[in-house]
Amino acid sequence: MTKLNRDDVLKLARLARIDLSDREIEEFLGEFNAILSYVDQLQSVDVTGLEPTSQITGLTNVMREDIEIDYGYTPADLLKNAPAVQENGQLKVKRMIG
Amino acid sequence: MSQWASISTIAKAVRGGSMTARENVERALRTIEEKSEYNAIIATIEDRALIRADQIDKIVKNGDDPGVLAGVPFIAKDNFLVFGAETTAASNILKGFHAPYQATAIDRLEAAGAVCVAKANLDAFAHGSSTENSDYFTTKNPVDPTRVPGGSSGGSAAAVILDMAPFALGTDTGGSIRLPASFCGAVGYKPTYGLVSRSGVIAMASSTDTIGPLTRTVDDAAIILDIIAGVDPLDSTTIERHEQGYNSVDLPLSGIKIGVISELFGEGLDSGVRAVIEQSIEKLRAHGADLVDVSIPSLPQALAVYYIVCPAEVSSNLSRYDGQRYAYSHPDAANLDESYSKTRSVGFGKEAKRRIMLGTYVLSSGYYDAYYKKAQTVRTKLINEFNETFEHVDFLLGPTAPTTAFKIGEHSSDPLQMYLTDIMTVSANLVGIPAISIPSGESDGLPVGLQLMAAQKADRELLGLSKSVEGII
Repeated sequence: MTKLNRDDVLKLARLARIDLSDREIEEFLGEFNAILSYVDQLQSVDVTGLEPTSQITGLTNVMREDIEIDYGYTPADLLKNAPAVQENGQLKVKRMIG
Repeated sequence: MSQWASISTIAKAVRGGSMTARENVERALRTIEEKSEYNAIIATIEDRALIRADQIDKIVKNGDDPGVLAGVPFIAKDNFLVFGAETTAASNILKGFHAPYQATAIDRLEAAGAVCVAKANLDAFAHGSSTENSDYFTTKNPVDPTRVPGGSSGGSAAAVILDMAPFALGTDTGGSIRLPASFCGAVGYKPTYGLVSRSGVIAMASSTDTIGPLTRTVDDAAIILDIIAGVDPLDSTTIERHEQGYNSVDLPLSGIKIGVISELFGEGLDSGVRAVIEQSIEKLRAHGADLVDVSIPSLPQALAVYYIVCPAEVSSNLSRYDGQRYAYSHPDAANLDESYSKTRSVGFGKEAKRRIMLGTYVLSSGYYDAYYKKAQTVRTKLINEFNETFEHVDFLLGPTAPTTAFKIGEHSSDPLQMYLTDIMTVSANLVGIPAISIPSGESDGLPVGLQLMAAQKADRELLGLSKSVEGII
């Protein structure tokens, strides 16, 4: 049965770009192990000969004509909530390195 | 006794000039104010609603067609983008976010003359079964305010029962329309996956998210589905609507074969709920329906499948909330990476973080096969079993929830206990079939919902059957 430890939780938090407090790590650890314990029941299910489901509509590539459509708003409209600074139609973010 | 006539009656009166859209909107806003202690609503959009109402009234005065839903007020769950209005998904990370465009479902309702008056409370990002995960406040069940309204569309269900509007919009990813409908005594309809466009609705789990109405009657639900259903070029997972629409068929019970799913009547089912559902089954039999026991052997694993697939998809969909594009950004970030992680730490509530991290785990290298891929394969097994069952019966029946509305705080410290509330609803989402919860009586004074399901794309028939069932149970 799967059991996570503190390092595992920290690793996941890093991957998900979420900072956790020590108390949050402890709480999540207990909860995850309980939840994983529950979903582990799937390990014993026999799925021989079956493919995973990726979508349930049965649709295949839905295409449209390659023409310009006016949706009635501009990129600036769509980004008006953005907290990042906007220059020349681009988002200026904090430096990545250092 | 509701203060609202049926949706068709209201629209007819507005179109005929005997009632104005404005008076309907004012009535809705007044009721919202009067019932504010239930915390069903995050915000009203009064100015916008009155402007729209006046536009409708002007169209009527000019002798033009204001639409099939003229002057009917409605409330939208706050994960629907409504142009210009604050849309928060009940999360702190979207506080102050004003929708720069709007959901196709909202567009279609407005084009038909309906008027959105308010945004309803929900579990933040629709993660939850009780509306207790809202970052703002918990909604109280209208029938018993010490209890939860169910979730995640708890605000929408409560709003309808509190008579704030004739209908509300909700979303159903694992049961979030049907469960609050059951707990509050409303009708809650989950369409076939793909029948209603998800464009402009904040994404939770993209392979199961659906949009649907909460109403007092099946007829009203059918009218709303008829307006919002159909292919949308903005959502390439949408499917064709039925050419005869959704609100015109009545399906009498005689000759109908309904499968009662035995796995939904196991140990976990509350005895009071069981008694109500069994009584309803007898009533249906007495009216000529042929009810037989059916078994869906993989159904007990559906919840485990859901709580792997759903968090996985949630972790992907919520990665966009990075402090750069959507309203909130943490003020003390030294670099971009800190901006991401500090924003997400403060902006997201506990359940969002829980699901994101669980999803990250089941998708991560070394675990993907054992968890996500395995779950999606068990999902195939479940789909096959449902398809096979529908070769022998026309519809399926069971309770919507294992219990009636639980007390506020009862499950909020145990996530797994909370997840078990969805045990009867998640299958329909995983398989993509339509399902409805219809009020079926009470147990200890609390509403009990009866759930009906049909094969994929059989929405028209399901609604037709539901109209007959509604009058009997």
